[in-house]
Amino acid sequence: MSTGPKYGPKPWLQAHWDLRAATNFILGGTGSGLLISTALTAHATPGWGPFLALGLALIAAGLGAVWLEIGRKLRAIHVFFNPFTSWMTRESFAALVVFALGGLALALGRPWVAQAVGLAALAFAFCQGRILLASKGIPAWRTPGIVELIIATSLAEGGGLFVAITATLVATPPTPWLVALALVLIARAAAWSRYRKRLGAGAPRAALESSGRMLVYAGTAAPLALLAIGQMLPSVAPGADVLAGLAALAAGWRLKFALVRRAAYNQGFSLPQLPVRGSN
Amino acid sequence: MTRWAMVADLRRCVGCQTCTAACKHTNATPPEVQWRRVLDMEVGEYPEVKRAFVPVGCMHCADPPCMHVCPSTATRKRADGIVTIDYDLCIGCAYCAVACPYQARYKTDQPSFAYGAPMESEAQRFDSGRIGVATKCTFCSDRIDAGLAKGLKPGVDPEATPACVNSCIAQALHFGDVEDPASNVSELLAENQFFRMHEELGTDPGFYYLWDKRR
Repeated sequence: MSTGPKYGPKPWLQAHWDLRAATNFILGGTGSGLLISTALTAHATPGWGPFLALGLALIAAGLGAVWLEIGRKLRAIHVFFNPFTSWMTRESFAALVVFALGGLALALGRPWVAQAVGLAALAFAFCQGRILLASKGIPAWRTPGIVELIIATSLAEGGGLFVAITATLVATPPTPWLVALALVLIARAAAWSRYRKRLGAGAPRAALESSGRMLVYAGTAAPLALLAIGQMLPSVAPGADVLAGLAALAAGWRLKFALVRRAAYNQGFSLPQLPVRGSN
Repeated sequence: MTRWAMVADLRRCVGCQTCTAACKHTNATPPEVQWRRVLDMEVGEYPEVKRAFVPVGCMHCADPPCMHVCPSTATRKRADGIVTIDYDLCIGCAYCAVACPYQARYKTDQPSFAYGAPMESEAQRFDSGRIGVATKCTFCSDRIDAGLAKGLKPGVDPEATPACVNSCIAQALHFGDVEDPASNVSELLAENQFFRMHEELGTDPGFYYLWDKRR
């Protein structure tokens, strides 16, 4: 294979997956992150039921959005036919398990079942990352590191929403929860940095730069600062925690929107060699 | 084993798009759906400009990413290497379309015709089964299968050969069994230097581009 210059039409933005598909990654990721947050705190939070119900609703809404995008809606059941190689099928099975366990957890009210839901939700988020990684036609998606980024941002979005709701409706979240959120935010920024390095130059990277900057500054640095301020000034803690959680959420949503809609360039066509006319 | 493959001689292609028209005629694809396309590439700056015409379409990869990602098993690979879509299984999720590195797949959500209302020929050949699902080049597998049933040789006998190859005015397109060392395509590959598109992705495409004589 030639390693010389390549010639060809430039990449262009894919048009097959639109906002509906992006919504699945956005709401599905946040929902799974919220379920994981709920699972991790269920033993200490008697009122985990509404959080779990919201997480399930977000995943259902995301799947509903992508259902609106498929061409043959009445055949949607066929999505379960290929668990052997398709991460979309595996995501669907993971969603089934999430909903089955989630329903059971809500019916029984047992924290350990809610914790099992968290595991299934982690599998769901993993599948979402692998769906993108398996898309060989889109360099921004097939770049190694995308799975870690998708999981990390799901945890950060769900954790941020969890903290924001808790601080708004329940009470100031315990310090260990806030520390956990801070660690997840740092992990997400690290995952973004690692992914960005592997992405290389070109259209996809340029399309992600503004969202990436927002992730680092508004989605990581600002929430960390707000969490720290809340710890130092208890009087402003609820408001600071809410803002920190929402900032973590919004930055993740924007990045995923950009990833699915703005950076989804194909690689175009390229010729490693030009024809030598007259030689045949 | 047989593996049907396409060979495009880039030195011969003149970009006339006859293959595109022949494909559309044979497969009755709607407007803006071109299972066989010819790219017009210009390279360089005046006075050092070169131009290449590059037929593209489904590469019928040996390791097709579209098949692996398909959740419904609608996309499959036959024993002879042809990648197929079962329109009755496909749910139209377009995952295959974003997984294909060659932009070879199309999805048409609404019936569309050249002049709005269907002409008589379009109405006769309209297939509602192709609406809302993924479609792509089939290597004219129905022609191949029918030809083989008659004892014909694909790539040699026109009746058993893909329409685009038959139509090529410059004999730039060739079709045959790449696993048969004595086949027309194997001989071309032995005599010439070639490459395959985006080979670095490891899909093992069944579409070869000749660019120079082997020296």
